[in-house]
Amino acid sequence: MNTFQITSLPINLEAFRKQLLDRSCGAYVQFDGWVRDHNEGQQVLRLEYEVYEPMAVKEGNRVIEEAIARFGISNAFGIHRSGLMELSDVAVVVGVSSPHRDAAFEACRYIIDQVKVRLPIWKKEYYANGTAEWVNCQHCAHVGGGIQRPG
Amino acid sequence: MNQIKVRYFAAFREATGIESERVNTTAGSAAELFSECKGRFDSLQAYSAAMVAINDEMSDWDDALENGDEVLFFPPVAGG
Repeated sequence: MNTFQITSLPINLEAFRKQLLDRSCGAYVQFDGWVRDHNEGQQVLRLEYEVYEPMAVKEGNRVIEEAIARFGISNAFGIHRSGLMELSDVAVVVGVSSPHRDAAFEACRYIIDQVKVRLPIWKKEYYANGTAEWVNCQHCAHVGGGIQRPG
Repeated sequence: MNQIKVRYFAAFREATGIESERVNTTAGSAAELFSECKGRFDSLQAYSAAMVAINDEMSDWDDALENGDEVLFFPPVAGG
C-alpha cells in the first residue's frame, strides 16, 4: 500500500485495515483521529477540512516513505478526510504493519505527528454559539514544525 | 519585474476575499511578496503565514522568485 490519500467520503476502516495485512508482520498499529465536541472551552458542533490535495498527497507520501526508511516497518497507509464532518466521524486514519510492535508504534506516531504539521490541511470549527473559526495547530506553534522546509 | 500568480488558502482566502491573483512585482523572495500582499490587504495584517510553497513544492521564505512562478501562501495548518 504505502500511500497517503485524501477523500471526501467516509473512511471504511475494515477495508483500510485489510490493505495492511501482511504474513511477515506480527504487529499492526492503527491511529484514528475523531471529530471532538469541544476545543479550548468552545462547544464544537461540526467541522470542515480544507485540503490542498496535490501537495497534501505529495507530502503525505513523503512522510510515509520517511517512516518506512526510519523505522524499518513493512507497510504504512494513511487517509485524511476533506469537507464537512460531524462529531465522532473519523477525520484521519494511519495504519502501520511491521514484524515487531516497537517499530509499528513509533512509526504510527511519527506519521500522524508529521501529517499534522506538514500537510496543507486546514480545520474550521463550527461552534454552538453560532461562530466558526479556522483552528491554528498548537503543536506547530510550540515546535515551529510548520515553518521550515521539511526534510 | 516578474509576473507571479498568488494563491490564498483557508483563512487567507477568507481574509482577502479571493482565491488567487496575478501580480507584477519586484519582490525578490516569497517573504517580500507576502509583505507586499499584506500591504494591499489590510485583512492579512493580523496573520503570519506558517508555510509557503512555490510551484507546488514547500519552499523557504527567502527562496528567490522567477517570472511565471505560482506562490501559495498557507496559514497555520491543522490536519488530523
